[in-house]
Amino acid sequence: MDLSIFLIQCLNSLQYGLLLFLVAMGLTLIFGIMGVINLAHGSFYMIGAYMAYALSPIVANAFGGGFFSVLVVGLVLAVILGYFLEWAFFSFLYDRDHLQQVLMTYGLILVFEELRSLLVGDDVHGVQPPDFLAGVIPLGDVMTYPVYRLFISAVCLLLALGMYYIFTRTRLGMMIRAGSTNREMVQSLGIDIKLLYRIVFAAGVALAAFAGMISAPVSTVYPGMGSQVLIICFVVVVIGGIGSIRGAFLAAMLIGFVDTFGKVLLPEAAGVLVYVLMALILLWKPDGLFKTS
Amino acid sequence: MDKLFSGKFLFIGLVFTGLALYPLVASNYGLDLVAKIMIYAILAMSLELLVGSTGLICFGQAAFFGIGAYMAVMLSPESDSANLLWLLPAAILAAAAYALFVGALSLRTKGVYFIMVTLAFAQMAYYVVHDTKLGGGTDGIYLYFKPVLGSVIDLNDAKVFYFFTWVFLVWTFIFLAMLLRSHFGRVLAGIRINEQRMRASGFSTYPYKLAAFTTSGGIAGLAGFLFAVKDGFVNPEMMSWHLSGALLIMIILGGLGHLRGAIIGAFAFVFLQEFFKSSEIFGAFSKHWQLGLGFTIIACVALLPKGLVGLPEVLRKRLDGSRPRDAQVVLK
Amino acid sequence: MAETLLKGSDITQRWGGLVAVNKVSIEIERGSVHAVIGTNGAGKSTLINILSGEFPPTEGKIELLGKEATHWSQAKRARQGLGRSYQRNTIFPDFSVFENCRLAAQAQVQRPWVWWNDAQKCKQSVESANRALELAGLSEVKERFAGLLSHGQKRQLEIAMCLAIQPEVLLLDEPLAGMGAEETDRMLKLLDNLKAGHAILLVEHDMDAVFRIADRITVMVNGSVIASDTPEQIRVNPDVQTAYLGGH
Repeated sequence: MDLSIFLIQCLNSLQYGLLLFLVAMGLTLIFGIMGVINLAHGSFYMIGAYMAYALSPIVANAFGGGFFSVLVVGLVLAVILGYFLEWAFFSFLYDRDHLQQVLMTYGLILVFEELRSLLVGDDVHGVQPPDFLAGVIPLGDVMTYPVYRLFISAVCLLLALGMYYIFTRTRLGMMIRAGSTNREMVQSLGIDIKLLYRIVFAAGVALAAFAGMISAPVSTVYPGMGSQVLIICFVVVVIGGIGSIRGAFLAAMLIGFVDTFGKVLLPEAAGVLVYVLMALILLWKPDGLFKTS
Repeated sequence: MDKLFSGKFLFIGLVFTGLALYPLVASNYGLDLVAKIMIYAILAMSLELLVGSTGLICFGQAAFFGIGAYMAVMLSPESDSANLLWLLPAAILAAAAYALFVGALSLRTKGVYFIMVTLAFAQMAYYVVHDTKLGGGTDGIYLYFKPVLGSVIDLNDAKVFYFFTWVFLVWTFIFLAMLLRSHFGRVLAGIRINEQRMRASGFSTYPYKLAAFTTSGGIAGLAGFLFAVKDGFVNPEMMSWHLSGALLIMIILGGLGHLRGAIIGAFAFVFLQEFFKSSEIFGAFSKHWQLGLGFTIIACVALLPKGLVGLPEVLRKRLDGSRPRDAQVVLK
Repeated sequence: MAETLLKGSDITQRWGGLVAVNKVSIEIERGSVHAVIGTNGAGKSTLINILSGEFPPTEGKIELLGKEATHWSQAKRARQGLGRSYQRNTIFPDFSVFENCRLAAQAQVQRPWVWWNDAQKCKQSVESANRALELAGLSEVKERFAGLLSHGQKRQLEIAMCLAIQPEVLLLDEPLAGMGAEETDRMLKLLDNLKAGHAILLVEHDMDAVFRIADRITVMVNGSVIASDTPEQIRVNPDVQTAYLGGH
């Protein structure tokens, strides 16, 4: 492997890992704080990607805007969706058994997939990146790298840093961190736990949808993309340690690199590598890399 | 108490009798469908042994199912029928062996981590057959000659296969029902509720859980064997996590903690699927059958916290005018 | 000379840099109640967990019935005759009171491969369970769901489940927690009855109860034993008074 290919694979790994992190962060928070196993989380990613595709003509008509207007509109819609879902479906699940949550969120997956099929159809679509990000930059003598992929990494990194700031420096972040380690304590501090749940859930949905929207131009938009992301994000969450943001970040990076390089170096075993990694890590540390409680 | 007990067995007896009589009136399509459901019911019961009885949520049951199926096909000679007498035990043993391996490692973890490790091991099996030449890759492999037992049992005949499956359904139910009330089963129940207390009483819980896991894997392998013989075909999708997920849904839908719940759940799940898929009822909309299925599942969670098994109780309580959840609250 | 059934020597437990239990030695003899008292975080629970085998000590040695048992699993210790109760109830709420005890007793006759027999008809465990329920005074409620018992009865059941495995050593972690005066009386009477045949280690916060029933008291502060003596001597021990009993 020569240096420029190695560099390209590193950039790809980074971009994939950061995207996974965005989705997994919501998943780990929803699980860590609200105690809900949310199988429908992958659907939010899928919804985001389809919004990037379906909203662009509508937004273009209404505001005359391009890709970024779509991102903003999509994000707002995702927050509203998250807020609504928490109220309508999740709020009565908290004191139920984990398996009931699994059942309910599985039902939601089916509903989302079919609504998507009804509204947008079952075709595979491509999404155009905005013109000024459509170019490539040269790497070495013959290789090039798409600017848009760098853009994804940069945006994800900014978001991750923003989240880091919120978690460590703000009161909301303090409450969320407290909530993921000790739920009773948060309640005894007189924090409105219902509102906190709703905010966390909406934020989780928004992050997953945003990841879907921003990755749509590189991954294309296809049915079933949600469940693929869901499983891999569960792997990330579990490797990182449930409820741990730091762990999710590290695990997402690890998976990003292992998966990307696995596909290049060991194409036969690429699919299985991630799971071997997870099994090994959990046998070594049965509670993930960063245990929160 | 006694009345309830006998009512339970009356119900399951009626179900089995009905299934035995069904071929008298069945179409070819119906026979195939019900045989498929019976296989799912066996598979769901194997999972119920882990999830409902022992409290081990396994998200990789499809792997054991798939291994049983692949063994049935790969061990059969290419131009002749294999003998049931060794092919069936071989398929079951292979699945149980993988379950022993997976269980030995994954039982070191707990809770959601256990769920994910079992998923990981199932995905490994999935990718081995999916990405390598070993099991025919994504296309799967065909079973050209179905196994036979001399001239006594010829599984090429759909009705013979149906009864063959029926016998194993009944056998699995009786075996697990007896297992669950035996010394072994009581220990599993104790582990589900409070493993610490079981250890403090003198039970080494790990071997018990491992034995349950291996038994479950073996029964799943039996189901896989039957499925491969029914279709004469295996492909990697039999090991995908979608099936593991659907199985969990079946047993939760039917009602955890009850063997018959697994059977009811398998029937309910497949019937719901077929119902929403039927174009006579829904016309063109039947293409979107998952929507109806999804909403039905959500409604079940909201209205039937104990699954379909709890339905009579809910109805009775409604008729008595008291709220259905009272009994639960008192018990907790 | 009374027979020592459980003996811990120089037991030390470190969690990272924190020393939870520091070189504690303790002997428990048949026919006596040995109480361990101390403030919260003094290491009592850790000690009882180590003695019962929840986890091995960082250092130290444990002998059970004269045999070296430091590396025995909890289950093996239980089978050899060590029963323990927990501070929080560990009963099975949706089993009957009887089945709670019978299942515990089944540990003495484990035959997991006999899958065709109904466990609830296993004679040996039924007899052990009945005996334990009799001893603990729960025979009258044995058909009820354990989850429906009163708090005091649940605590009694917790003890009964220990007795069902026919132990010689009993480690009781705050059996009186949350009990009213009447329930406490009943429990103390039960412990008094059990004393004759068993060696009992009692961790308890209720000082009146401890001084009523204990034959020997060990006082722990910050993981170390500061005194171990008869109740009379402990009551007047100046170290204990300054460190723990205070204005008692």
